[in-house]
Parts: sequence; structure tokens; C-alpha cells
Amino acid sequence: MSIACELSNPNLKKTKAETIVGNWTSKKILLFRVLCGLVCISLVLWLCLSFYVGSLCICNKDAESSKGVLFRNHNVTRSEIDAMLSLFFDSNQVTSFECRKESNPGMWESYGITCSLSTRLEKDEEAKRHVAELMSSSEASILDNLEENVEKEEDESGHQDVLFYLMNKWHWWFVLCVLVAAHFIFEFHRRKEVSFLQDKQQTQCKRDGKLRKNMLLLCIIAGVSLSVFWFWHTNEKILRQRRETLTNMCEERARVLQDQFNVSMNHVHALSILVSTFHHGKTPSAIDQKTFSEYTERTNFERPLTSGVAYALKVTHSEREKFEKEHGWTIKKMNPEDQTLVHEFDPAPVQDEYAPVIFAQETVSHLVSVDMMSGNEDRENILRARALGKGVLTSPFQLLKSNHLGVILTFAVYNTNLPHDATEEERIQATIGYLGASYDMPSLVEKLLQQLASKQTISVNVYDTTNASSVIKMYGSEVGDMSEEHISSLDFGDPFRKHEMHCRFTQKPPIPWLAIMPPGFALVITFLLGYIFNEAINRIATVEEDIRKVRELKARAEAADVAKSQFLATVSHEIRTPMVGVLGMLKLLMDTDLDAKQMDFAETAHGSGKDLISLINEVLDQAKIESGRLELESVPFDLRFLLDNISSLLSGKAAEKGIELAVYVSSHVPAVIIGDPGRFRQIITNLVGNSIKFTQEKGHIFISVHLTNEVREPFDTEDEILKQRLGSDETCNTLSGYPAVNATGSWRNFRTFQDHISSDKIELLVTVEDTGVGIPFEAQSRIFTPFMQADSSTSRTYGGTGIGLSISKRLVELMQGEIGFVSKPGVGTTFSFTGVFGKDSSVTALELFDQSIHEFQGLKALVIDSRNIRAEVTRYHLQRVGISSIDIASSLGTASTSCASKLVNLDLVLVDKDAWNKEEYVAFSDLLNSGQETYTRPPKILLLATFTTPLELSEIKSSGLVDEVLMKPLRMSVLICCLQETMGDGKKRQIKRKPKNLGSLLRGKHILVVDDTVVNRRVADAVLRKYKALVTCVDSGKAAVAMLKPPHDFDACFMDLQMPEMDGFEATRRVRDLEEEMNKKTDQSRKWHTPILAMTADVIQATNEKCIKCGMDGFVSKPFEEEELYSSVARFFDK
Amino acid sequence: MNNVVAQLQRQFHDYLVSLYQQGFLDNQFSELRKLQDDGTPDFVAEVVSLFFEDCSKLINTMSRSLERPENVDFKQVDSGVHQLKGSSSSVGARRVKNVCISFKECCDVQNREGCIRCLQQVDYEYKMLKTKLQDLFNLEQQILQAGGTIPQVDIN
Repeated sequence: MSIACELSNPNLKKTKAETIVGNWTSKKILLFRVLCGLVCISLVLWLCLSFYVGSLCICNKDAESSKGVLFRNHNVTRSEIDAMLSLFFDSNQVTSFECRKESNPGMWESYGITCSLSTRLEKDEEAKRHVAELMSSSEASILDNLEENVEKEEDESGHQDVLFYLMNKWHWWFVLCVLVAAHFIFEFHRRKEVSFLQDKQQTQCKRDGKLRKNMLLLCIIAGVSLSVFWFWHTNEKILRQRRETLTNMCEERARVLQDQFNVSMNHVHALSILVSTFHHGKTPSAIDQKTFSEYTERTNFERPLTSGVAYALKVTHSEREKFEKEHGWTIKKMNPEDQTLVHEFDPAPVQDEYAPVIFAQETVSHLVSVDMMSGNEDRENILRARALGKGVLTSPFQLLKSNHLGVILTFAVYNTNLPHDATEEERIQATIGYLGASYDMPSLVEKLLQQLASKQTISVNVYDTTNASSVIKMYGSEVGDMSEEHISSLDFGDPFRKHEMHCRFTQKPPIPWLAIMPPGFALVITFLLGYIFNEAINRIATVEEDIRKVRELKARAEAADVAKSQFLATVSHEIRTPMVGVLGMLKLLMDTDLDAKQMDFAETAHGSGKDLISLINEVLDQAKIESGRLELESVPFDLRFLLDNISSLLSGKAAEKGIELAVYVSSHVPAVIIGDPGRFRQIITNLVGNSIKFTQEKGHIFISVHLTNEVREPFDTEDEILKQRLGSDETCNTLSGYPAVNATGSWRNFRTFQDHISSDKIELLVTVEDTGVGIPFEAQSRIFTPFMQADSSTSRTYGGTGIGLSISKRLVELMQGEIGFVSKPGVGTTFSFTGVFGKDSSVTALELFDQSIHEFQGLKALVIDSRNIRAEVTRYHLQRVGISSIDIASSLGTASTSCASKLVNLDLVLVDKDAWNKEEYVAFSDLLNSGQETYTRPPKILLLATFTTPLELSEIKSSGLVDEVLMKPLRMSVLICCLQETMGDGKKRQIKRKPKNLGSLLRGKHILVVDDTVVNRRVADAVLRKYKALVTCVDSGKAAVAMLKPPHDFDACFMDLQMPEMDGFEATRRVRDLEEEMNKKTDQSRKWHTPILAMTADVIQATNEKCIKCGMDGFVSKPFEEEELYSSVARFFDK
Repeated sequence: MNNVVAQLQRQFHDYLVSLYQQGFLDNQFSELRKLQDDGTPDFVAEVVSLFFEDCSKLINTMSRSLERPENVDFKQVDSGVHQLKGSSSSVGARRVKNVCISFKECCDVQNREGCIRCLQQVDYEYKMLKTKLQDLFNLEQQILQAGGTIPQVDIN
């Protein structure tokens, strides 16, 4: 049953677990969603943050670009622009600042900005207005430009975030992708889940696994995207840094170039002034070609960038002849095809104006007499230079003589010191000559770059971008990393010409290891972790699966176990039935006339059959216990009487082997206890049977019963046996004098000794002590295992199956007790077991020998025994029959010498055979007789013998020394008989109850028979009529109730149990209710209680109990049998 | 005359013993016969006829219950079988009783086919018994008419 319970329990647990798991699953889904949300939110937040930072950078970049525009167009000094930009920028950021900038005094004074602003928490418009005011003096274009910039910045900064999100669609796509992926995964698995709902239990663990895998997948996706983002972010940063570096270097180069150029230009300017002063201002001129050439050559260090300077005079056509004569050469025309040979130059064609070179540096001396106006570039340059009054540059072209690209710087030389605001006409009028300087751009740039650091890392190109459609490259090569380029504008002082410097790195950007490594590691770690977790999840899944399988197998194994036990029980039962037949027949056969041989065969067969039956019974018990079908009865029984029976049963066997058998029950044990006497008997029989089997020709078997309470408080006990037990571990002071093992060793292990049981229960401690061969130490552990004997030789030597102890153990467990043993090979074994029994206070003793006990009260007895314990046992038996004053002497001699006073008024003397000694006895007997002289009745002498041959017995009896010989083991009935015979007059009371005739018992009684079947009614009627009863028959429960409604004159009722409409139980219940009512109403001395007996075909215990429960008084089986009918009816009619 | 009676008595005896041996009757029938005395000379015949009436009635009821293939009222059939079992054991109709026992088992597991089979068997058995007993009573009558007494038959 317990197994069945366990079997059903897992199911319960399972359903429970299912609901729990169900809840957990829904929780997990929620968790999954929350996690997804969290991941997305954190991603978005992070992106936002990075955008914000990025946007700041971009703003700066924008500012930078606008700065560049300003620079390019207006040559506003860097610091000024910076200040202005920071003003705009900061005003947008709503931070306060103060700035004070002084314009650099220089040639762009008109653009000077002096600002002193406090824009604490001011609006953009206001700031704009300020700037506009400040800028009022400057040109409109600049203002417009600035305003444009401001507006652009406003827009950008105002909608920074939004703009950025829109601009960086990539991020949006990323977030979206992650969300969509998560959603799809989730949906997919949820759909799966729905389809799996039918087989919930099976898929439970699978679904858990899926969920875990989903989580893992999501985590891995998150990890990968994080790594990618990290890489992207770091890479961006590196690229930005690179770009910044490039910008800085480019700007640096541009500025240096520009500054150098300006310086050189100033020098040319100064040279022009020199010419105007010393050539034109002096008459005669202080400068001739030679002087000029020398001077310029010597001051060449000041213009490191120029390859040569030349001075051309403004000559009108009218002056040409005069001029030519003056100088002695004709004005020659520049020949662009071949510039190397001056003398081959053709004379210049007729023109309005000529600009023949009169002075030239040595390097360009070939230019002397060449008309500069004849070259297209030069002519244009000259015209522009004189109109503007500033240095003017040509577009780059192949320089004469050298193959390098170069530009010509031209300054006009005026005859008067013109004011700044002189008109173009005035300037042209005042022009008298032109000073030109040629710049060799490649060598110029080369030289400059040589001076700067890290020249190897970047390559520089310089372009003339005056004509946007055809950009002219002035310097540089197409090498380097084309992907990245920074453009810085160059200002060489000529507003008409635009130059740009393009910088790029010579090498491609290196592989950004810094950006790759950490995210790479993160990626690897992610995958590793993913792998590990994946493995773990797989492992968990396998383990779960295994556990499920193991559970299944366990359940199956348990079921198989139960099935096995049930099968055994059934089969054993089935075998028993035919075996009974076989045995019965054999018994009958043995009763017939058989010859000796046949008799022997039959007896052997009978014996074997009996063995088989007992074995089957044992197997049946074992199987019943294992399948949980064995239930203990709970009936009151007399323990001492039971033990008497057992000892009488086993005494024969014990006597055969010469073993002394003794029983002792402590006086604290109640006379009647409630329990299962059959099973109790089975245990003790088994233990004692074993003891007899394993004890050889000597020693004793001693059964003692105590309460565990006595053992628990051992110091209060007055029990001699217990005292002796608790005294020492091993003692020779035993029943037979042979050493035995002390039982206390096994008691110590009993758990129940610590527990306290309820007051209406008692716990018995039974000890069976023997002096047998003992159990080998190595076998002691498996002694309670079914079919396991101490060793295989045991069954050969002693027989048996080895199932008895196992059954005993189970039975003891059913009695809520424990069994244990102490054993010493060669000394003996002591088994102890405990069991919980009910106390029945209502019955003090089964009144079996009541009267006899009465007779013996007040008798005085002396026990003479050499063994203390045996004397105690004898005392116990004497006490049981009511003899209360008992003295003990160890031997006849001591009794006669030291205990003389005790000998007075003795009624009984019990002498053990071991203490029997003829000589001493004679002395003792004399003493007795002398002490008893005054009394009429001399004490009776009883000899206690364990095993005596009939010859010995008759000898002792005939000697006349003793009155009677008592055979041990002592039993109450035997003792009483013996005492009655010796003490009394020898009268024997024969109580014989002759069964009265059934007819006389039933004569004249009114009996109601209730049965729905007419045949049964008729038969019952006939049977009862036979015994002269007055029978009334009714055919239904209802009718019966009507008939039995008090008052009525029925003496008894036989009731069928199974009837339509109202069955026997119900009818009885109603009748009892009616009687109860009646009894209450009348309150008379006579109580109504009609005996109702059930008539039933199948006499089962359950039905029987049910009958009693619903108020019936008994039952008779159908069809009636005389004896049974008598015995059931007699209880009611006998009185 | 005596010869005829003796022959009839012997015939009666053999017939009754054969009934016991073939398992039609058991001890209870002899108990019944013991109950028959001068006061109730037709007791056995009365009881037996009551039994057969009961049988035919119950069998009819049960066959009606088992007629329909579904929704068989096994409870009703069960009570019928129980009654039949009780009465058959009362008269000592051993074979009928034995069939009733297996019938009841079929009924407990609600096996309709088994029930129908058992019902047919019960029908057959009780009819068989009826004819046998009829013969027995006829023999009895003949013995009585011939002026003899019914012999006591001890089957043990």
C-alpha cells in the first residue's frame, strides 16, 4: 500500500509541478519580453549618447568649414573668426562667455572686429543682431555669408538630435532589425508552444530548453551587435583623429607657404618702390641694368622664392622710337614657342603701349628688351597690377627657360605717391613701369615643406582655382591616399586669384587594430560564452531527459515489484488450496490400513507437504507484506497465556535437543493488551524456532518480556531479570549457567527508546536469548534480507529458507517496533524486538482460571534453585497463579541453614532438579518437618525438572520424597492442575456444557424472516419451523421495518442483506432508530432490542463488520446449518 | 408388488445419486428433503416449483435488460443474478448456482456478451434441472402410488 501511495504521489506532484511550471513559463515569457525591451532601450540610449557627442564634433566641423569660407574670401584672421564662431556657437549652447578680441593691425583693418560681448542667456537673434552691427562696416557679402552660416548653425544645433537620427539611418535600421529579429524568434517559438500544448508534460522540458536557447540567441545577437557597434564607433574616432591631423598639418603648411609668399611679395613691393625712387625719382637714373642686376642678385636671399625679378618700363607707341634709340635695341616680342634665345625675338608689333624690360636679374637677363605686353599672361597681369596698385599674380604657366611651372608677380610702379583711394584712371595715368618677379612654384613649395616636420607622411598639392572649371595644378603628384583629402585655401594677396592646397596622407590608413582588437575580443568572448551556455543548456536538457526516464523506470520498477508481490501472494494462495486437499487425503490415507513401507511413504509425503505449506505460508506472508496487503488485527489478548501456548508448543522440540526453555514476563506488563496475537506469536515462534535450530544440546532459550519504560528508567526497576541484564555485558549468570550474549547491546540502537508513546499505548520489549552457535560477524548485516541465511552452508546444515527473519522484521515494523540482535559466534545470539500495543483498561484479565487463582491466594512458597534467574522465572509463574509470598534459596543446604526462619508455615517447596541432592534434601526435609510439626499440613515438595526420562521420573516419584514432579517449561494451566492435585483433595472439576437442543432453544419463539426471494423464504421458514419456531415471512426491507416497529412480539429476525428497494443494512438501521425512539419515549425498564441476524451467502470479514456497524447482532450463512444457527441464536435465547 | 416398489425405490435412489454426482444438486437439496415431514408432504416440490417460477421470471427480466445492445442496466441484472444465486443455493441447484457465480462476475465487469452467454446457460441449466426433478417427482409419485415410502438417500 505504501508503494501504491508512492506511485500515486508522483502523479500528484506531477500535476502540481505542471501548474507551477505553467506559471513559471508565463513568467518566463514576461521576463523575455522585459529583457528584449531593456536591451532595446539601452541600445537606443547608448546610441543617443554617442550621437550627441558626435553632433558636437560635427558642429565643430561645420564651424571649421565656415571658418574656412571666411578665411578664403576675406582673409579674416584666424583668431577673429574663431572668436566670432565661438560666439555663435556658444550662444546656441546657452552658455555664458566673454570675449575680447583685438583685430590685428594690418592690411585688412576694415575687417577688424572688436567685440566685447556678454551673451548670457541671450537669444540667437540678439546675437545675430550684435554681429550684424559689428559687421556693419564690412562688406555685404560677408554679412550675408555670416548670416547664412549663423542660420545654418541655428538649424543644426536646434534640431541636433532629430537631424542626427534622420541622418544616421544606419542606427535606426540596426535597432529596428534587432527588434524585428527578437519579435520573430519569439513569435515563432510561441506558435510552436501553442502546437505543443496537447502534450504538455512531454514538451515541458523541451520548451524550457527552447526558451533558454532563445534567450541565449538573443544575448549572442546583442553581444555581436554591441561588438560591431563598438568597432564602428572606435574606427570612426580613429578616422576623425586622422582627419584632424590631416587638417592641422595642411593648415600649417598652407599658412607657412602663404606667409613666406607674402614676405617675398613684400620684398618685391619694396623693390618696386626702390626702382621708382632711384630710377625715376633721380635724374639721371641711379640704376642701370648692371646696378639692378647686381642689387637684385645680392638681395636674392630676401626673396628666396623668386627665381628672378625684372623691371619693365611703360612705353607708349609714340615714345617707342625715342626709347629704342635711347637704349640701342628694339622692343622685342615675346615668343612663347621658343623663349630661350632673346636675340632671335622678333621686334614687337605695333601696339598702343609696350612694356619692354629694361632691368633684369642675372637669372632672367634674357628678358631685357622683351616686351612684356606681348605675352598674354603678362599683359593681363600688367594691366591688372596698374589698375589695382597691388601685387598681382598670373596663373601658373611654364616659365621661360626653366621648365617649371611658375607664376609671375607684378607690381606697378607709379611716378607719384598715390593715395589709397586713388581711382583706376589715376593709377593708370601714374604708372611708369612694372616690376615683375617670377616664382618657381614647385621649388618654392618643396623648399618650404622641407622645413616642416613629418613631411613624409603627407603629400601636398597646390592648385590654382581661379577658374573653377579648369583647375591648374601648380605642385604635387597624384600619389597618396586619394580617399582622404583636406583642402586649405591659400591667399597670396591677389584677390583675383584663388589658390588651394590639397593635402593627403601618403599612405593608406593602417588597419585600425585598436578598433578591431577589443571588439574582436568581445566578439570572441561572446561566442565562447554562447558556446559554453549552449553546451550547458544542452547538458541540462539531457539531464532533464535522463531524470524523466529514470523516474519512469523507477515507477515501472515499483509497479513491477508490487505486481511481483501480488503475483506471489495470489500464487501462494492458489497453491495452498490444493495442498490442503493433498494433505487431507494423505492424512486419510494414513488412517487406512497400510503396511509399514506404505506408511513410511505416506508419512514422508505428509511431512513434505506440511513443510511445503509452511513455506508457502511464509512466502505468502512475505508477499503480502511487500505488496502492503498485510494488516494487523487489533484484538485484546493475554500475552502471558499466549507465551504459555508458544512455550508448550516448542517445548517438545527444545526438550528433544536438551535445551531449557523459559518464559518471563515483567509484572509491569498488563494482563491484557491489544494487538495482533497471531502475528506476535509468529514472530516469537520464528525467533524461538531459530534458536532451537541453532542451539546444540546445551544451554537454554529464554524469552523475556518487559516494557520499554522499564528499560528506559533502569535504576528504578525492581525486576531481577532486568537488573541482571543491565549489570554486565556478558555473564554466566544465566538461566542454564551457560554464557549468553547480553541483549542490551541491541537495545542501544533502538530509536523507539528515545521516543515517547501516547499514554493509551504501551511498548513491549521482547528478548529471545539463546546459547546457540551465534551468527558469524560477516553475515550479521544481511540477516534480515529475505532468502538470505548466514551462509550457504546454513541451509544445508540446518535447513530453512531464511525468510522467517525477514518476515519477522516486517511484522515488527508493522507493529511500529524495531528488531535487533547481538550475537557472538560460539556464545549465542540474543534477539530483541519492540512493538507498540494498545492498553485495554476495561478488561483486567481473561477470566480463565479465576476460581483456581482464588484458591491459591495466601499460600507461602519457597523456591530452591541454584540459578538466580531460573528462580525468578519460577517466582513469576507462582505469582501468576496468585501465590504472593515467595522466598528463594540457592540450594537445599543454604535453605536449611540460613533461611530457617523462612521455613515456618511453608505450604509449598519447589526444588529445581539441578539443586536436588538427596543427602541435603533429607536434612532439609527433617528441618521442614520439625518446623511444621504443629501444623496439620506439611509443606508439599515439588520437583522442577527440565528433561527427565520416564524411568527417572517414576524413580523419584516412587521414592516418596517429593509430592509431584513439574515439567518445565512452566505453564499456568499445568501449574494450576498440578497444584490443585497436590494441594487440594484431588477433586477434578469437569465443566461440561452440553449443547442444548436447538429445538428447545427455538421452541415457541416468534421469528421474522426477511427475504425477497420466495424460495429462500420458504426454505428458511421450513428450517425454523422444524425447530418449532413460529415463523413470519416478509419479502422486503420495508415490510420488515413495519413489522418490527415496536411494540411487537418478535423474538428475533433473520434479515437478508441484499434486497431491492431497501437492503438489510438500511432496514436494520431504521429498526434500530425506531427502537431508540421507543426506548426514549417509554423510558421503561425493558429496552427494545430485537436481535437481528443477517443472512448472507458470502461470509466475508468486511460484510461481517458492516453488519455489526449498522446494528445487527450477528450473521448466519445461507443456507442454514444447524450448528451455526444454534451458536448464533443461542447467544440471545440462552439467557 | 413389493418387487415393483423395491425396483422403483432403487431407481429413485440411483437417479437421485446420479443427480448429485452429475452436479445438478448438492447437499442443500438433501437438507431440504430432510425438512419434508408428514406435516408438509410436498415441501420439496413446493419449494422447487417456487424456485422454477422464480427462475423463469428472473430470466425473463434479465433477458429483457440485456436485449438492447447499449445502456444495459447492469444493476438490475446484478440484483436478478443475486436473487437467482440465493434461491438456487437455497434449493441446492448446484449447477445453476455455479453458472450464477460466473454470471455475477461477468455482470461485475459489465461484459454484456458474457452476461448473455451466462443467461443462456442459466436458462438451459434450470430447464434441465426442471426436467430432471420432474422425473424425480414422478418417480416419487409412482413409489407413493405403489404404496412404498420414499427412501432416504444419503449422498455422503
